[in-house]
Amino acid sequence: MARAITSQRKALNTALAWGVGLLIFFPILWTILTSFKTEAQAISDPPVFLFFDWTLENYSVVQERSNYGRFLWNSIIIAGGSTILGIIIAVPAAWSMAFVPSKRTKDILLWMLSTKMLPAVGVLYPIYLLFIKLGLLDTKIGLVIVLMLINLPIIVWMLYTYFKEIPGEILEAARMDGATLREEVLYILTPMAIPGIASTLLLNVILAWNEAFWTLNLTAAKAAPLTAFIASYSSPEGLFYAKLSAASTMAIAPILILGWFSQKQLVSGLTFGAVK
Amino acid sequence: MATQHSQPADRLTMAPPAPKPASQPAAADHQSGTKHARTAARLMMAPAVILLLGWMLVPLTMTLYFSFKKFLPLRGGDLGWVGFDNYVRFVSSSAFWPSVQATLVIVGGVLAITVVLGVLLAILLNQPMWGRGVVRILVIAPFFVMPTVSALVWKNMFMDPVNGLLAHVWRAFGAEPLVWLTEASTQSIILIVSWQWLPFAMLILLTAIQSLDSEQLEAAEMDGAPPVKRFAYITLPHLSRAITVVVLIQTIFLLSIFAEIFVTTQGAFGTKTLTYLIFQRVLESQNIGLGSAGGVYAIILANIVAIFLMRIVGKNLDA
Repeated sequence: MARAITSQRKALNTALAWGVGLLIFFPILWTILTSFKTEAQAISDPPVFLFFDWTLENYSVVQERSNYGRFLWNSIIIAGGSTILGIIIAVPAAWSMAFVPSKRTKDILLWMLSTKMLPAVGVLYPIYLLFIKLGLLDTKIGLVIVLMLINLPIIVWMLYTYFKEIPGEILEAARMDGATLREEVLYILTPMAIPGIASTLLLNVILAWNEAFWTLNLTAAKAAPLTAFIASYSSPEGLFYAKLSAASTMAIAPILILGWFSQKQLVSGLTFGAVK
Repeated sequence: MATQHSQPADRLTMAPPAPKPASQPAAADHQSGTKHARTAARLMMAPAVILLLGWMLVPLTMTLYFSFKKFLPLRGGDLGWVGFDNYVRFVSSSAFWPSVQATLVIVGGVLAITVVLGVLLAILLNQPMWGRGVVRILVIAPFFVMPTVSALVWKNMFMDPVNGLLAHVWRAFGAEPLVWLTEASTQSIILIVSWQWLPFAMLILLTAIQSLDSEQLEAAEMDGAPPVKRFAYITLPHLSRAITVVVLIQTIFLLSIFAEIFVTTQGAFGTKTLTYLIFQRVLESQNIGLGSAGGVYAIILANIVAIFLMRIVGKNLDA
């Protein structure tokens, strides 16, 4: 059925798509470029696009002055910790829902999803108060717990979707051979589920890394991750464009790279399987 | 247990490549397995269920509790029960209706922009071209930028009236640069948030569009249907469910956008959304009772949207 498409039309599509793509990407590109300029070039009039004296100075200044490394470390611990903890809790739950479903499985899944819809601001004060009472305010462990809880429904859903695609007869065969439930999970399901778990991990690290309500409201100096670090950079009047750009580039680069790897899982993960 | 094959017409999604039919009966056998397995399954589910139940019930109960109290931690503390006073005061305060308006305008604006541009972009990216993978990567990128970074970059490097890139563009055309975040504050927020969410809409719509049967389109083309009609009668109906999903999911996230406003206008110049208003009542003016009543309103609002989303997702579980 393939129809010959004129290469003229293909060229037109290509030009248009690249134009739009570059336009959408431009703010990121501009930020990256500006991070290599001097502060004077960053605000020069007219703006310079490529032909400036490339410098790495901003990166070292940001690192020295603001202790960027500490914020980065906090981000890694909070995003990584909450995701790993969430997966440890979600794997057994998703496993049991996918392989030993009961009448209530669907209701439980939907209910879990509904907790994700709770607007954060609606429970801001209770969480804030509990954090003070429990001494969790401005601690990494506190944020690990909160971000784990807000992402747990997504983690369960993603894992459930992946587990359901594992053929059941393999489990049957294992049972015939006398595998116990524990062995079944440990030696058969887990290895088969590794790709699914990996993409769940990836997407949730991204979500936790970029989370900017709880991380801004529950941290001060000690546990603040990169979201809060960047927010503190609100210096107006364009004196620090190059440094702001360097800090921004460092904050988004790791996640941009991870994100590009996870674009496929993004759709089913973020729509809870409603679009695959 | 569901099979992937029932009701193909009702399904938006392309069935995942060849789900082995044999697996379904096997899983059903498994389901009727031993009592032991069921008990174990319940135990395995317990931690996640208990944690989420606690995460939902404890703060929710506290918010409800505070919403019926006059509670000012910095000015006298707990001043007793006040019934529905906070609910009435929250709605009758002068800031309430503007905040509802700001919320509706921002959410509606972003939805309109992302859905319309998302459909167009998805159609464009579905055409044959060179380097589609790279273009896709470029378009998706904004979604991975943390909200505080995108807000700050737009605010300083693009919307700054003196040094911002947009100011340079305006001057190049001889126009007076716009003071974006004061003169066109709502539009600026809509622009920033749309930039962040367009990739999401595009990605989901592209996934849906790729499951469209291209032979149907070709047949329509051979029958002489012009592109506009092909779009209106074939592509758009096919996308309707994906569009609904995009709208619902985005609405839930957009209702609670925070960092974009926190970093740019701090709620000034008519950008104080419901979320931001509640945030100010709770953390800035420390009027917990009033803020909690607002929180309850926000929860009810989000739930109304959520019900529709859950219905679609639930249907898909059955399919």
